[in-house]
Amino acid sequence: MSERALRLMNVGKTFGRHRALADVSLAFLPGQVAAVLGPNGAGKSTLLGLLSTLSQPSQGRITIGDEQLSRHSSLRATIGYVGHEPGVYGDLSAWHNLRLFASLYGIANAERRIDAMLARVGLQGVRREAAARTFSRGMLQRLALARALLHEPEILLFDEPGSALDPAGAIWLAGELQREREAGRLVVLVTHDLAAAAAVATHLVVLRRGRVARDETRTSFSADDVRAIYEEATRGKA
Amino acid sequence: MARPSWISQAARIAWKDLHIEGRSREVVYTMGFMAALVVLVFSFAFISGREVTVGPDVIAGILWVAVLFSGTVALSRTFDRERESEAIRSLLLSPVPRSAIYAGKLAATAAIMFLVELLLTPLLAALFSAAIAPHALWLGLLFLLGTIGFCSVGVIFSAALLRARSRDALLGALLFPIVIPVLLAASRATATLLDPAAPDLDPAFFWTRFLAALDVVFVVVGLWSFEPVVIGE
Repeated sequence: MSERALRLMNVGKTFGRHRALADVSLAFLPGQVAAVLGPNGAGKSTLLGLLSTLSQPSQGRITIGDEQLSRHSSLRATIGYVGHEPGVYGDLSAWHNLRLFASLYGIANAERRIDAMLARVGLQGVRREAAARTFSRGMLQRLALARALLHEPEILLFDEPGSALDPAGAIWLAGELQREREAGRLVVLVTHDLAAAAAVATHLVVLRRGRVARDETRTSFSADDVRAIYEEATRGKA
Repeated sequence: MARPSWISQAARIAWKDLHIEGRSREVVYTMGFMAALVVLVFSFAFISGREVTVGPDVIAGILWVAVLFSGTVALSRTFDRERESEAIRSLLLSPVPRSAIYAGKLAATAAIMFLVELLLTPLLAALFSAAIAPHALWLGLLFLLGTIGFCSVGVIFSAALLRARSRDALLGALLFPIVIPVLLAASRATATLLDPAAPDLDPAFFWTRFLAALDVVFVVVGLWSFEPVVIGE
């Protein structure tokens, strides 16, 4: 896995007259699970939009290693994204969804890789022709993870991935995040769930009113640590 | 990972849409029903008893009105499958050039529309005694060029309205004024080809070339404008 860091330098984002992010400078390192927390409207989803290249900063720069991240850059292929919605085609089966994305990414030995990914997320037993729209929410989220990991990205972005999962699904997802971190990937997780963040995070960023209110890295955080950091950061002046 | 070519990525996106349509046949059935309905309504108005009183101009007009309305139904569904479950985000995050996404969607929508037009033509010929056989290949070319011109603009508007709530109503209002030159050229050329008494085919040549030129302009503009439209920034 690559050793390139993801850096934001004085990044700002405005929508018309509304300032969603201002002067955000952060460094995310490979092998970290960075949990981005904050109240509604703090700029978490805007930040993830910028990191995913679907949105461009109004000010500042975002780089991976020495390369600037932009909408046209080939670096887009180094990013995997899992959102609240699974991002797959409901009319296609799990296998055909992965086959489509494998061909778009130009993955070699695609069929073997797809079978391995389906086995990893526990969907190997699903009928090959069953349309994804017939899947439960948990199965869709597993398929979304398989799609995001298919091209072995350096950076994995998660936007509230556990919001519709049952407790067993949430535990499974936390295990997968841990596994990706151990594999040396950088995982950026945007969530409202402080307990979920505490279970996996090694880097905690709290946003408030579009600014970084807290940026802290440790080997691990307890649930009490996360709650205390969050409360202090969102209560104080941003 | 070897990056696939632009053409193969566009073809893959088109094939995905055609594969899904081949299984569901949702758009083909809806479009076909709409097109047949338009032709039948006109036939009630123009045919009295066994006598067909309409000339080639009117038949060409009926044909392209049917294409316009049924094509709008197809275009309103073009990005439905991408909107569902936010598959559009996965597509936009993939390393596929956005112009290849546009080309793939254009190819798939045009192919479905072209198929419906081919099925519609015998109905039109039977109801209005239209002389289709003498210039069948040329008419096929006109269908193809007219459909590409129509879809090249329609796919852009369909992408622009991806997240709009009243997209079905807005699509027609935005699309129809822009595609008037396409419909004008296609219906003028079709009328000349359907007229057995036409002294020569020069007008059909002229309008076919005009239509091809419009297609080039619309497709180039579409390839260039798709990315800012679909990203929405």
